Amino acid sequence: MPTRPRPRRYPARYSAFSLLRHGLAGDHLVPAWRDRELKNSYDVVIIGGGVHGLATAYYLAANHGITDVAVLDKGYVGSGGSGRNTAILRSNYLTPEGVRFYDRSVRLYERLAADLNYNVMFSQRGHLTLAHNDSSLRTMRWRAEVNKLEGVDSEVVGPAEIKKLVPYLDVSAAVRYPILGALYHPPGGIIRHDAVVWGYARGASGYGVHIHQNTEVTGIDVAGGPNGRRVRGVRTDRGDIAASTVINCTAGWSTLVAEMAGVRLPIQTFPLQAAVTEPVRPFLDAVVVSGSLHVYVSQTDRGELVFGASVDPFAGYSMRGSLEFVEGLAGHVLELMPSLAKVRLLRQWAGLCDMTPDFSPIMGRTPVDGFLVDVGWGTYGFKAGPVSGEAMADCVATGRTPDIIAPFGVERFAEGRLLGEKGAAAVGH
Amino acid sequence: MILLPCPWCGPRNVAEFGYVGEAGPRPDPASAGPEEWRGYLYGRANPCGWVAESWYHRMGCRRYISVERHTLSNEVRPLATEGAGR
Ligand SMILES: Cc1cc2nc3c(=O)[nH]c(=O)nc-3n(C[C@H](O)[C@H](O)[C@H](O)COP(=O)(O)OP(=O)(O)OC[C@H]3O[C@@H](n4cnc5c(N)ncnc54)[C@H](O)[C@@H]3O)c2cc1C
Ligand SMILES: [Zn+2]
Repeated sequence: MPTRPRPRRYPARYSAFSLLRHGLAGDHLVPAWRDRELKNSYDVVIIGGGVHGLATAYYLAANHGITDVAVLDKGYVGSGGSGRNTAILRSNYLTPEGVRFYDRSVRLYERLAADLNYNVMFSQRGHLTLAHNDSSLRTMRWRAEVNKLEGVDSEVVGPAEIKKLVPYLDVSAAVRYPILGALYHPPGGIIRHDAVVWGYARGASGYGVHIHQNTEVTGIDVAGGPNGRRVRGVRTDRGDIAASTVINCTAGWSTLVAEMAGVRLPIQTFPLQAAVTEPVRPFLDAVVVSGSLHVYVSQTDRGELVFGASVDPFAGYSMRGSLEFVEGLAGHVLELMPSLAKVRLLRQWAGLCDMTPDFSPIMGRTPVDGFLVDVGWGTYGFKAGPVSGEAMADCVATGRTPDIIAPFGVERFAEGRLLGEKGAAAVGH
Repeated sequence: MILLPCPWCGPRNVAEFGYVGEAGPRPDPASAGPEEWRGYLYGRANPCGWVAESWYHRMGCRRYISVERHTLSNEVRPLATEGAGR
């Protein structure tokens, strides 16, 4: 790891002392990052101001000293999936490639608050994936063994242990989907998703990276012919920008952006919904996931219960919630925790997920030189933000594809080397 | 509520249907190369706008229907061009 250059000028360094000083003086804290003029040329243009785009920008600057970088977002930073997800982090995947990759991310998340000087509220409260039948129990044993081999804390536990970890769970045998066991992953947990996005934006901006919100990419300039195509820059609703490297980090919109460069990705966009209840006293420690019931639940620090489920049954770009979703969700949650019957839902929302055929991302170079992708994050990509940003930054800085993302190249579909990451979960998180 | 126009059952709630999605003709196994199969298996236009697609009326007549749907507004209209979709 190269020595990290000091950020040139943070707008302000956060500390207990500065909080006290500003509090006593009664003045407002300075903005977390500054607005800059849009230039007509950058070394690197990153499309998409979600966790992936911003982390890539941050590690380009922090690890490689590449700071002539712009992050463009058509909305505000975190307006995509990064501000809409249920913020579950874990690394207990099924394939060794997947486990190694997500484990690196969890490790980066563990020290992120210190790295960014920004409280991202990572709470490693443990993660339980319930098994309601023999075949899922078998897969969990398999997953636990792969996890242990890769040095990830993960084990299969029985109903008695589950009851100890989550007393309010119905572990009786007389239910439609009895709980036979669970894959328990102590380092898993939840994080404050907005803080991660804002922290990366602030960190990158501190190194001189430009963050341009309300700037929509409308076209990508590609030069060349049969001997190779090369990216020249992007067109936006605020003017053209020249760049020799353009990175597509637009998740649910990624096929639209790739198409602008003449690159077709095997991705389909599906809405994914989530919902949250009114706050109640803390009673639920671990994150609880049920694949068979297609739900998961966690309790935030404020006491709200956050529920997630599977993607909507048909593809599209609509971010409207549906009644079918809350009906199904409520039924399934009550099957797991009947005592929640009187808790009221406060709101529901949706985000867009870029689903690939093998539940694995598409990362690295494309047939167009200088045009890179970090997409296909589906329902599970928030947890991958740090490792993806680090690897994409490496890829740009060194011109070589780092080993940790080598399995995720777009060429795997042509070569018939699909990954089959079933540990990505049937329910989105 | 999103209604799909089933030619046999009339307009019905989308929840009665199974989503099949963008559909094109299956390549001819005798002549198709890997490139063509790959496109058929994994290639999707995934547009933000109108798309011709198939649905299966599983809680109704159990037949396949084709419609055009706007993927942002979820407006639905009968298929404009005959033969597209399946
Ligand atoms: C309800 C829900 C729950 C989820 N739960 C989890 C979870 O618990 N754990 C987990 O790991 N993952 C979860 N995910 C998935 C996760 O949210 C995403 O995989 C992740 O946030 C993707 O981040 P990103 O930076 O790639 O994309 P995004 O955050 O979606 O950012 C893409 C950005 O690109 C911008 N953009 C698009 N087109 C253009 C354009 N033409 N020009 C400029 N900008 C453009 C958009 O405005 C957007 O801000 C969940 C997703 C949803 C919807
Ligand atoms: Zn019908």
